[in-house]
Amino acid sequence: MKPKVAFYWCASCGGCEEAVVDLAEDVLAVVEAVDIAFWPVALDFKRADVEALADGELAASFINGAIRTSEQQEMAELLRRKSGAIVAFGSCACLGGVPGLANLYSRDEILDRVYLEVPSLVNDEGTLPEEDAEVPEGHLTLPAFFDSVRTLDQVVDVDYFLPGCPPPGHLIKAAVMALVDGTLPPVGTVLAPDVALCSECPRAATKPQKPQIKAFKRPHEVVADPDVCLLAQGLICLGPATRAGCGGVCIRANMPCTGCMGPTGRVVDHGAKALSAIASLIDSTDEDGIATRAQEIPDPVGTFYRYSLPASLLHRRVTSAHQ
Amino acid sequence: MPETLAKPGFEPRIVAFFCTWCTYTAADLAGTARMHYAPNVRVVRLMCSGRVDPQFVLAAFRHGADGVLIGGCHPGDCHYEQGNYTTWRRCELLRGVLREMGIEDERLRLEWISASEGDKIQRVCNEMTEQLRRLGPLRLSPVPAAHTLAEGTR
Repeated sequence: MKPKVAFYWCASCGGCEEAVVDLAEDVLAVVEAVDIAFWPVALDFKRADVEALADGELAASFINGAIRTSEQQEMAELLRRKSGAIVAFGSCACLGGVPGLANLYSRDEILDRVYLEVPSLVNDEGTLPEEDAEVPEGHLTLPAFFDSVRTLDQVVDVDYFLPGCPPPGHLIKAAVMALVDGTLPPVGTVLAPDVALCSECPRAATKPQKPQIKAFKRPHEVVADPDVCLLAQGLICLGPATRAGCGGVCIRANMPCTGCMGPTGRVVDHGAKALSAIASLIDSTDEDGIATRAQEIPDPVGTFYRYSLPASLLHRRVTSAHQ
Repeated sequence: MPETLAKPGFEPRIVAFFCTWCTYTAADLAGTARMHYAPNVRVVRLMCSGRVDPQFVLAAFRHGADGVLIGGCHPGDCHYEQGNYTTWRRCELLRGVLREMGIEDERLRLEWISASEGDKIQRVCNEMTEQLRRLGPLRLSPVPAAHTLAEGTR
């Protein structure tokens, strides 16, 4: 009998689902090798179908997205019970991802902004979503919206991590095939190479021994030379502090690495390490020069922690609610 | 102990990273000269201020520090020529991250203290302790425990 697997999404954009479909003809190999028992975005199975499975009946669940609502937490816990292995699929499940940048704000700030302050809004009654509401048609409920975004492994036990925004197709295929063949590495493993992206960068040969950055440039401010190391051109490329495995797809498109593959194995806090790598390249030895370089980075958290804020040492902004 | 240091109430915890060549030697000098300064500072001795990984600073905050003090040789005096410039650049960028994360500037301090400046150790430690006393404790929200399965647990 073919092993059963599930795909599920939590706080994510849908790009991870797209990545599975983007396997193109390789998706046929995946479908041939496994039975997909649950995949809400593509197949009409319901939560009850998962609940009806025996505990551990699923060989693996591939869960993408961070955890922001009570429903996502419940589904993650349900799939954990039903699965032999849980794979955190994509940057959001692994590290919190772009939705994790919401940890710069409190729950109330987010709800106020979205439902009360946005200029294009029509909400004269100032209605906010409620978890329980009585309406003429009956009693309505919504999942709870948590104060912070969490990574999947901050909610349930996770066996494997498949990073990327979205994970590269060849790594997805390799993970599924390893599952089918029973050749998965020890639990806790990140299913991607444990070296920095520079090691597989097509421009590696043009990277100076130590790039000296005289001014930080943002991608829209320059037309980057497509053949030269982006750091050498003053663009903030997180390749030196980011795990390889993507083949440098962004760099091949002449855009700097933003760090979606997460840190390499021995790094605790990806943003701090990326910041460290970039800061050390600043070519200035005076107060004004160093301060000016810092000002050229308008959003340091969004730059260095774009995919990893919930997994970071600080986890979220210090707000008055926490004081 | 000077009177200003004997106030009851909140006592900040400061983790200090001092380079062995200048600032740590200055702290040693302050000690042998029997200078009194706030006992709130816990010193970690490193070979160079350039060894301070920004992760160390964040880990100190995460594990209960109310402030982090980094001490290195004056610009131009680094035993390894460039280490203090590197930590300077990192601190400047890190401060931007800390601001965005709601952590006040006073909680991270970088000082150049040469081996002969025992009195500067005294002044900086007392000043920072007093500033943090006024600022109050750093209250980070807890990080949810990671449930990553360790090898061999299942």
